[in-house]
Amino acid sequence: MIFLISVITIALLMVGAAIYAIWQKDLLFAVIASGVISLILSILFLILQAPDVALTEAAIGVALTTIIFIITIRNTVRYEDEHDKKAKKKKVKNISK
Amino acid sequence: MKKYIVLGLLAVLGYYLMNVFLLIDFGMPHFAQGVKDVYLSSSENVLQVSNVVTAIVVNFRGFDTLGEVTVLFLSATAMSGILYKKRHDIGDRSILFPASSIIRAGSKMLFPTITLLGVYVFVHGHLSPGGGFQGGTIIATGFLLMLLTYQNYSVSHNRLVWVESIAGILFVVIGLAGYFMKGSFLENVLPVGQLNDLFSGGVIGIIYVLVGFKVAAELIGIIYTMLHEKG
Amino acid sequence: MEKYLDILEIVIYGSAVALILIGLYGTLTKKSLIKIVLGLSIMDSGIHLLMIALGYLKGGTAPIFSKGYENAADRMVDPIPQALVLTAIVIGFGVTAVALSLVIRLYRHHDTLRIDEIKNLKW
Repeated sequence: MIFLISVITIALLMVGAAIYAIWQKDLLFAVIASGVISLILSILFLILQAPDVALTEAAIGVALTTIIFIITIRNTVRYEDEHDKKAKKKKVKNISK
Repeated sequence: MKKYIVLGLLAVLGYYLMNVFLLIDFGMPHFAQGVKDVYLSSSENVLQVSNVVTAIVVNFRGFDTLGEVTVLFLSATAMSGILYKKRHDIGDRSILFPASSIIRAGSKMLFPTITLLGVYVFVHGHLSPGGGFQGGTIIATGFLLMLLTYQNYSVSHNRLVWVESIAGILFVVIGLAGYFMKGSFLENVLPVGQLNDLFSGGVIGIIYVLVGFKVAAELIGIIYTMLHEKG
Repeated sequence: MEKYLDILEIVIYGSAVALILIGLYGTLTKKSLIKIVLGLSIMDSGIHLLMIALGYLKGGTAPIFSKGYENAADRMVDPIPQALVLTAIVIGFGVTAVALSLVIRLYRHHDTLRIDEIKNLKW
């Protein structure tokens, strides 16, 4: 019974993290939420008796995918609806010319 | 407006998906019975490999694994092609803050331990959960830690290419040895030992170690290309 | 015992289908390119959970012949979907890496990530 309740809690947490990752405008928070999805997914794989897949998901989904998304955000823009600064600067330059 | 159309479509799709999957009994055997039984029994009796998933990935479907490692290699190559820059544009890695001395000392202590864990995972791939893909990823994570901590820590690209190519060539050579001696690609040519021994399963352990080196080199290459990108 | 399995079935299948639908929603409606790639990776996770759940066996053990489980071949869960998902996760990482490097390249050329502002598809 306790097992069932904990599985339901974990699954609800995972779906909540997925909704948060899509809804959040700050991309850094969204990427961390997607790391939480992968972490809970690896626990669910362990419950479903697939330890190999759980190990792979914990190593690739939590560590490497998250870090690659973070590097991309560092090189581009952080907010989803940000009017990015480079374009603004260019417009100002063109007007001042 | 577009949002509501998409939500309606997704509701219809979810309704049908749930209906289809609730028809399949959960926790009952329903895949083709013969395949699973043959894999389980021949992995235990013929190949003497404890971990059946390893036996399937490396031996029964070993050709798939060769293709998969090739796909990973192609994606690493494509990334360095897409993010190509002229030589004089490549600067230092852009790190906002230099790491503190605690992080420097800690990562120096952690790095050999992480690498040892990765090697353990892919050497024991046929005995316990784990294997080449997982071990290679763990080693790549250790290198990621060092690259993030030390600003001028660099990995020789030539050495990565050498490790990767030699591992790939040996994989194909072992497969062809099986083809010429036993009649089919990746057939076992070495003596199989006892179940639950380190030297059991013939070529399976060797191939998984090679896959581990290859995956580690490719993932380190991907991370290195990504980290040297400057916005 | 039967009811127990029914609840577990609804929870696992339901969360897998929910992940797929949420990822599809993000891919279809969002404007930011990084959000689209994030939606694709969430959809991937849902499909992996669905495939592993199809191979589950009631009261089964992991497909590893360890000490004390030498004759447990009847009680083992199906190892074939696990091998397929193991492959699919690694490939998914490669796909995500290539997609993100394309995103960086597009940003370098157009100075924006909104897909409705990237109009001329000439580099």
